[in-house]
Amino acid sequence: MTDITALSASALAEALAAGKLSSVEITSAHLERIEATESTLGSFLARSENALEVAADSDARRKAGAALSALDGIPIAIKDVLCTTDMVTTAGSRILEGWTPPYDATVVRKLREAGLVALGKTNMDEFAMGSSTEHSGYHVTRNPWDTSRAPGGSGGGSAAAVAARQAPVAIGSDTGGSIRQPAAFTGTVGVKPTYGGVSRYGVIALASSLDQVGPVSRTVRDSALIHDVIGGHDPHDSTSIPTPWASMTEAADRGSAAADLAGLRVGVVKQLVGEGIQAGVKQRFDEALELMAANGAEIVDVDAPHCEYAVAAYYLVLPAEASSNLAKFDSVRFGLRVTPEGSPTVEDVMSATRDQGFGDEVKRRIILGTYALSAGYYDAYYGSAQKVRTLIQRDFAEAFEKVDILVSPSAPTTAFPLGEKLDDPLAMWAGDLTTIPVNLAGIPGMSLPMGLDPEDGLPVGLQLMAPAYEDARLYQAGATLERLFGERDGYLVADRTPEVA
Amino acid sequence: MSEMTPDAVRHLAGLARIALSDEEITRLAGELGAIVQAVETVQSVATDDVPPTSHPIPLGNVFRDDQVGDTLTTEEALAGAPDHDGSRFRVTAILGEEQ
Repeated sequence: MTDITALSASALAEALAAGKLSSVEITSAHLERIEATESTLGSFLARSENALEVAADSDARRKAGAALSALDGIPIAIKDVLCTTDMVTTAGSRILEGWTPPYDATVVRKLREAGLVALGKTNMDEFAMGSSTEHSGYHVTRNPWDTSRAPGGSGGGSAAAVAARQAPVAIGSDTGGSIRQPAAFTGTVGVKPTYGGVSRYGVIALASSLDQVGPVSRTVRDSALIHDVIGGHDPHDSTSIPTPWASMTEAADRGSAAADLAGLRVGVVKQLVGEGIQAGVKQRFDEALELMAANGAEIVDVDAPHCEYAVAAYYLVLPAEASSNLAKFDSVRFGLRVTPEGSPTVEDVMSATRDQGFGDEVKRRIILGTYALSAGYYDAYYGSAQKVRTLIQRDFAEAFEKVDILVSPSAPTTAFPLGEKLDDPLAMWAGDLTTIPVNLAGIPGMSLPMGLDPEDGLPVGLQLMAPAYEDARLYQAGATLERLFGERDGYLVADRTPEVA
Repeated sequence: MSEMTPDAVRHLAGLARIALSDEEITRLAGELGAIVQAVETVQSVATDDVPPTSHPIPLGNVFRDDQVGDTLTTEEALAGAPDHDGSRFRVTAILGEEQ
């Protein structure tokens, strides 16, 4: 039979239901795969010690006819920003080295209640601040397509793990593109749900008005399966949307069964396909538009003029909220404590701890956020950035009056070499141009592979955007597009991931 | 103000409780000057007639009944603390000698 780790979560669930594979077999195959590739990739910060026991429990349930869900027994990797009671949780920061949370994030609880088997915690930029995973306080993660390149960030660990078949599916978090850009860089699928669609309880906060948790997978349907498990109202999160959601899996199935895209109005956001887009990315994007048009979609150019200010607004809103959220790392309740010599006050201890425990990018953003919020500058910086959010929301609202979905490249470039942007924060931030407007507006976004760059041979991501609450639209259109790309190319990008030694 | 002096960074670091080294302060002053200049562009479109958005999805305040819900036990709350006495977090002196 084919390599177990090459199968999608959907296919694995089918094999489990048919009794052709056990969870122990599936989990063992992925653990072996991690063992064989992890020294090259560095996707994980912690690995589960009891995954095989959890898998054996799942097999016993299934044998007794008491499977918890269709995904009972499917392994999953979890970004280290989500609290887990059985694995150390650091958010990629040295300030939380060795910390085991006293409770599970709601998303983690829901995964456990559906019977999924956690394999480990994936690497990330420290507190999700970064676009390459190079700002992890622990180690870099390498892109399976080219190990001299970054897997994107902040969720590079989850994306690399799924691309390299260390896990069939993973959980990510997306504040400004941290699910979608790594998906684009690694040839995987990643979804940022509508803000409030998935609980943030137990997710170590970066920027509370932007953060959202979502799935990472190799197929659109697999992301839909995970989205259906983790989504929905959570009384522990006061920004959680209380209204019920449509089934994302059903939407994906409608999409893959659809003959074409007839009737779908697709808007191309002019401001997101302008300068700074790599030639090969632009080429694949134009070809994707041609494919959509050839299959019945109506392609419309739309204007979102204020997207030009999105990166600037984001890098005021995010540091401001982060500087306040990260105040909790105070050396008192959890994590690191550094006590200077002499008779230091609690404030001295706090300051020394935060200097040693935080990395350069985190310090940079905390200081910037402190500045943006300080008396006399608040209106000029944070206040102005919040007004830009309103303008971007209005741009999107106007665009969605004319079209059903919006599209752009997920990232302006393919995966860049490790180290290339490390010393130039503004260059690193500029790469977030295509993903940031989605977070500022709170709408859902998906990245799915649309081919390989003809010059460097690396995956190129297509971003789909829908109005708030319309996540199902992404899965339906995404599943149709995935099938059309496959028929056009004769393969799915994820199936072409090079073998990692 | 896009001028970011080392003294300004030192002041901000004090507010943020991060004991930056002089070298870090000098480097950050340069970097933040350029960054502030780049993000200042938001001011050009943020006119008086535009209301600010603090939150992307409009939601009302959320209340719950005033009953004890899921809470951590003392042991759980203290489990990750660098230092505690069994019922409270332990810290060094709050006030310094000159305070």
